[in-house]
Amino acid sequence: MNQPDANLNAEDLVEVLTFDLRRETFALEAGLVREILDLTAETEVPGAGAFVGAVINFRGKVIPVADLSFAFGLGQREATRDSRIVVVELDLDGDPTLIGLRADKVHEVATLSMAATEAAPRVGMRWRQDYVRCVGRRGGEPLIIPDLACIFAHRGEPGASAAHIHSLH
Amino acid sequence: MSDQDPREIFRTEARDLLEEIEQGLLDLVEGTDDRELVNAVFRGLHTLKGSGAMFGFDALAAFTHHCETAFDRVRKGEVRATPDLITAVLNARDHMRALVEDGAVGREAEGEELLADLHRVLALADGPAAADAADPTTWRIGFSLPANAMVNGINPLALLAELRSLGACEVVASTDAVPMLGELVPTECHLAWTVVLHTAEPRAAIEEVFIFVMDEMNLEIEAIDGVEIVAAEEAEAKVDETALGGQASPGQEGRQAQAEARKGGESVRVPAERLDELMDRVGELVIAQSRLKQLASASTDTALRSVSEEVERLAGELRDTMMVVRMVPISTLFGRFRRLTHDLSRDTGKAIELSTRGEATELDKTIIERLADPLIHLIRNAADHGLETPEQRLAAGKPIEGQLTLSAVHSGAEVVITLSDDGRGIDRAKVRAKAEESGLLAPGAAITDAELLQMIFQPGFSTASAITSLSGRGVGMDVVKRTIEGLRGTIDITSTPGQGSHMSLRIPLTLAIIDGLLVRVGEGRYVIPLAAVEECVELSPEQDARSTGRSMISLRDEFVPFLRLRELFSTNLPSEPHQKLVVVSTGEERVGLVVDQIIGDHQTVIKALSKLHADVETFSGATILGDGGVALILDVAHLVAAGQQLEKRLAAAS
Repeated sequence: MNQPDANLNAEDLVEVLTFDLRRETFALEAGLVREILDLTAETEVPGAGAFVGAVINFRGKVIPVADLSFAFGLGQREATRDSRIVVVELDLDGDPTLIGLRADKVHEVATLSMAATEAAPRVGMRWRQDYVRCVGRRGGEPLIIPDLACIFAHRGEPGASAAHIHSLH
Repeated sequence: MSDQDPREIFRTEARDLLEEIEQGLLDLVEGTDDRELVNAVFRGLHTLKGSGAMFGFDALAAFTHHCETAFDRVRKGEVRATPDLITAVLNARDHMRALVEDGAVGREAEGEELLADLHRVLALADGPAAADAADPTTWRIGFSLPANAMVNGINPLALLAELRSLGACEVVASTDAVPMLGELVPTECHLAWTVVLHTAEPRAAIEEVFIFVMDEMNLEIEAIDGVEIVAAEEAEAKVDETALGGQASPGQEGRQAQAEARKGGESVRVPAERLDELMDRVGELVIAQSRLKQLASASTDTALRSVSEEVERLAGELRDTMMVVRMVPISTLFGRFRRLTHDLSRDTGKAIELSTRGEATELDKTIIERLADPLIHLIRNAADHGLETPEQRLAAGKPIEGQLTLSAVHSGAEVVITLSDDGRGIDRAKVRAKAEESGLLAPGAAITDAELLQMIFQPGFSTASAITSLSGRGVGMDVVKRTIEGLRGTIDITSTPGQGSHMSLRIPLTLAIIDGLLVRVGEGRYVIPLAAVEECVELSPEQDARSTGRSMISLRDEFVPFLRLRELFSTNLPSEPHQKLVVVSTGEERVGLVVDQIIGDHQTVIKALSKLHADVETFSGATILGDGGVALILDVAHLVAAGQQLEKRLAAAS
């Protein structure tokens, strides 16, 4: 139930939480989500790097806050009233770990049909191919389903990628 | 006692029995022919067989039955308990343990082999032991059973029949406790019996009759020619004590301490997870109470403040009690090593004696578990490489038995565990050669003796010319060091060539709570473990300006390297006027840390950082402050090392 990617292909319809990071919309399995928090006091971790630069107090535990926009090279964030931290539970090297994911705006829980998704295109992508599981559609716009296991295994390293002029829009 | 799986209940009891059997066998190795020890081991096997059968562990019961029969011959004095025999029974015990823990599937062949071995050794050991022939004695046995005994399946007639089988009996029943017919419940037992028994069997045989009901009944056994009257609850403890009364060897001392600790006062079995949960709750309570205190001190409501103080006191006491609850004597660990030493002795062909001190020293239970593997490895190392063969030892004028000494003692907020051997010591030349060969050390580079010895903790390091099955592959010592450091501990070695080596492990008493100094650097708050803080001094703006570009500060007459945490943490904020210098040390080396403000003492619960931050070596954990914010805990060892590097670079540059 908590394995992020194992069952995603087993059934056609999956419940996902959709959210924005800059101008891109992402989706992740709703089953992974533990809580959605408003922005709260954060503690910076000097020397930790931009991917997991801070920690927060979540119900008495100290959990890292990860910024997927860093992994996808989406540029600097600006905190707004809509900013949220989505707390998920992921398997890191065999241990279930609570991680807070930054989101500029959280949309809704939607049902996604896996059959209607496509593999990430080989050209025209600004970011690492292995970080994207597949791409769906939401209201006519692309919906990116990230490969969280891969992103965290590589600790969010964006990798060398030339800035492509093409975009998916 | 609610919905626990009966098989699990048995497993827990079985583990204790197996432990006792093992310790008993090891005691026998040291002092063979002690009848009471033999009887104790036999009783353990007998109980294991009976309970095993009752709970459905048939393979175990069958196997144990054979061992029991074999050991019965020792008990009867027909066979001596030779070291080979004891080893065979020890191996059988391991098999029994496997049957209990992992089940019987696929183990039949192994069991057969062990039994064949046992019988073979038995045949070799045949011959009457130099036992004391027991003279026929007359005993008066008085016993009564609880009212629900028969409902629970105890048949008094069977007990009486068994007593009869020991010798001539005269049985008198007492009907004093039987209620009037109208009140009598037919299934209840209200009778008590007095039996006068004439037998050549030892007292232990009589007690054995009651072995399954011992806990719930009243039993009195009195030799009519004189001496002891013993009540049942104390019967077992008395037997142990009289057995141990004669000789007091260190192993027996430990066993006695353990047996007494278990019998003295009531104790309750609690699953370890519940203790951990409780600890978490107490930790969170401490945090919540801290916030309450903040709110109360900002308020003028006296009632609120007084309640807050009360809660603070209670939370503190609760936390102190929790710390004690989790403490377990290190004897549980040391006990395992006796078996290890016995096996090592046989495997290496060296005579090894393990002596232990400070068995009652207590440690947090989670720490003890994590110490097991490192200590096992260190003992193996000492046995394999440290101690010489008997011939070498004789040639060197040493006693033939190699000495290993394990000791544990409290020292402030730490426990110090040491392992010494009187072997050949560490060969500096070999270590140096290996270090240079591995590129860890430039040939001819100057290095202190202590640093040279620490080289053996490098991964892949081994000066053993021959790899044995025990050690020599070079994967052990670095794991040992990492494990100890994972416990926030340190490991030191000293060694004298020709005389022996001495490993010393220092571990903090608890992993869960830390006394810290809360400081502010820029906008962040950080905790420095108080145990590492030597002193705090003001850093005046002039001193600050003078030291720019340098990284040494003059403290009294010494130079101390220092790190500006503001720079280390890249805060990009300007200096503050009233900076402080906190001097921390790891025993021998020091470094000064420049902070913007010292906020105060803070006792806090340590929270681990996730794996995503495992590579940030500056911090060893985090803690939650009274206002709900997070403060990172500085890793002093890392910072001191960073300071040392800085110092070296400066020394090299000048």
